[in-house]
Amino acid sequence: MKSKEREGSALTGLKVVFVKELQEYAGSVRMVVLMVLILLTAGASLYVATQTLRSYVGEDSYMLLSLFTIAQNPIPSFMSFISFLVPLTGIALGFDAINSEYQNRTLGRLLSQPIYRDVLLFGKALGALVAMAVVLLALWLLVIGCAMFFLGVPPTGEQIARALMYYLITLLYGLLWYMIAMTMSIIFRQSAVSALVSIALWLFFMIFWPMISQVVAALAGGGSEYETAKLSVVLGRVSPYNLYLESSIAMLSPTTRSLGVVLFSQIQGAMMGSPLPFGQSVLLIWPQMTSFVASVILVFALAYVIFQRKEIRM
Amino acid sequence: MDAKAILSVENLTKQYVKGVSAVDDISFSLKEGEVFGLLGPNGSGKTTTILMLLGLLEPTSGSVQVLGSDPFRKPLSVKRQVAYMPDDIGFYDSMSAYGNVDYTARFLGLDPDERKRRIEEAFALVRLTDRMNDKARTYSHGMKRRLGLAEVLVKQPKIAILDEPTQGLDPQSTQEFLQTIRNLKEEKGMTFLVSSHQLDEVQSICDRVGLFSKGKLIGYGTLPELSERYFGPDKLVEVQVDGSKDLGPVFSAMEGVLKVTRRDRSTWMLQCAADLRSKVSQAVFGNGENLVSLSLLSHSLGDIYQHAFEEVSHEEQGT
Repeated sequence: MKSKEREGSALTGLKVVFVKELQEYAGSVRMVVLMVLILLTAGASLYVATQTLRSYVGEDSYMLLSLFTIAQNPIPSFMSFISFLVPLTGIALGFDAINSEYQNRTLGRLLSQPIYRDVLLFGKALGALVAMAVVLLALWLLVIGCAMFFLGVPPTGEQIARALMYYLITLLYGLLWYMIAMTMSIIFRQSAVSALVSIALWLFFMIFWPMISQVVAALAGGGSEYETAKLSVVLGRVSPYNLYLESSIAMLSPTTRSLGVVLFSQIQGAMMGSPLPFGQSVLLIWPQMTSFVASVILVFALAYVIFQRKEIRM
Repeated sequence: MDAKAILSVENLTKQYVKGVSAVDDISFSLKEGEVFGLLGPNGSGKTTTILMLLGLLEPTSGSVQVLGSDPFRKPLSVKRQVAYMPDDIGFYDSMSAYGNVDYTARFLGLDPDERKRRIEEAFALVRLTDRMNDKARTYSHGMKRRLGLAEVLVKQPKIAILDEPTQGLDPQSTQEFLQTIRNLKEEKGMTFLVSSHQLDEVQSICDRVGLFSKGKLIGYGTLPELSERYFGPDKLVEVQVDGSKDLGPVFSAMEGVLKVTRRDRSTWMLQCAADLRSKVSQAVFGNGENLVSLSLLSHSLGDIYQHAFEEVSHEEQGT
């Protein structure tokens, strides 16, 4: 009987693909353009935030975190900019991850090397993850540096921990959109189509899904306001954008004590406005984090299965 | 199968859709150091066969053994020893030619010095040394083919599979490319599997050929073997004389001459049971004529393929 076991590791050659992809992502024009855009927008919102916060020095005990969330008309907060630009970065890196290999006619010669095709997906995803991680880390350090330089107040350990957690959430959010775009690049042979479909999905989840979920919740809620609100929150969490906003707000605003529907009876006796410890905030966003990780794995698994079944030829 | 075969295919079938075979029950083998040609029109199953040889496509049925391993079960060992140049070869435009070849060479796990040495040697062999640091996007179609061959050479494979290697090349580049293959065969003893629909080119480099039609291998062997199979053992002798005398009756009366066809005033084509060139020359001189040319013609691969294709078509119509 023939052995069905695979020879060697599925990850043979991962380092080679990873290094090449990382170099390509980091040095690509699209990445540079996006980074300039992020720096400009983030710089503007940071400037506005520091100007506002200067008058509160000594009063706000979470100054560093406030830098991420404070907005002043017409400039949105740093978090709002990031929630908009990070998915774009993920999509920009992933929309032609695989179909460009078909279009450049490089897939055949690549897969005729002693590697499995698994390594191509893993290497590209890992390359994108590290590229985004480095860029976002640089941005985070910039924020922390700005906080210390302009406000003259060093951040506390808890603020650093919360900012770091926000960094991880943002990275996961970017990775999820990279995975979605990469899946589209496997399904569609034309990179323009995969880019359009990825952007359409992003807009759908960011703009249309909140509306749809409210309408569906109102129809299915059976007239009960509480049930409608609960259903609306549950349906809203189907959107990665909503998951990201909820978990970011819980991390950056320590006074956030709940992310769901809260009855008045449930908050009786609660110390409103008092911050939650870091651990409690992490517990609060744990379902959102789990959903993020599960979504990334699920989308990657989908991409993997589709890619394994794809023909190598154009 | 051949005892010395380093690649053997037995009853190989691939069906993308149930009941429709892209490759239909084919069997052939490759001997070490030979150039084997897979011939057939586009869409006849050549590339599908090649992808199965590399383990990049799972056969529906049948077996493949490449250097003693099943490429679908042991793809890494097979791909370490077999190099492949696809018909639609492409490179990363943003990388240099050297960078492109270096990227795939890294999968071989060579130490950096050895990798560099092999790459430089390969670039020299395909005469691209002076352009190796240029971006791949600046390369012409012919140069990209040579770059593909350089990538094949870096691997130092036991078997090199070249899918339509001369497609899109100008006549001079084609001849240069074919000469490189001849040299590699002679100097390095490499075994080649060359797929092509350009029969005259394949004829010039292949030791043996397999004729593909609609996923089936309709003929397989050396050129004389195939010629004998489809045209019988008869020899074709072309004779041209300098004179006006009708030598047709003289040739017809010769023992062993089966058929005489007069092509023009001074040229005859004789279908003979054996090589009768010496007797024909004697007959020409004996009749007081001067001999201009006398040659033994062989059937071209094109003739053979045409004949084989027609034979299969007739069989299909008959059934």
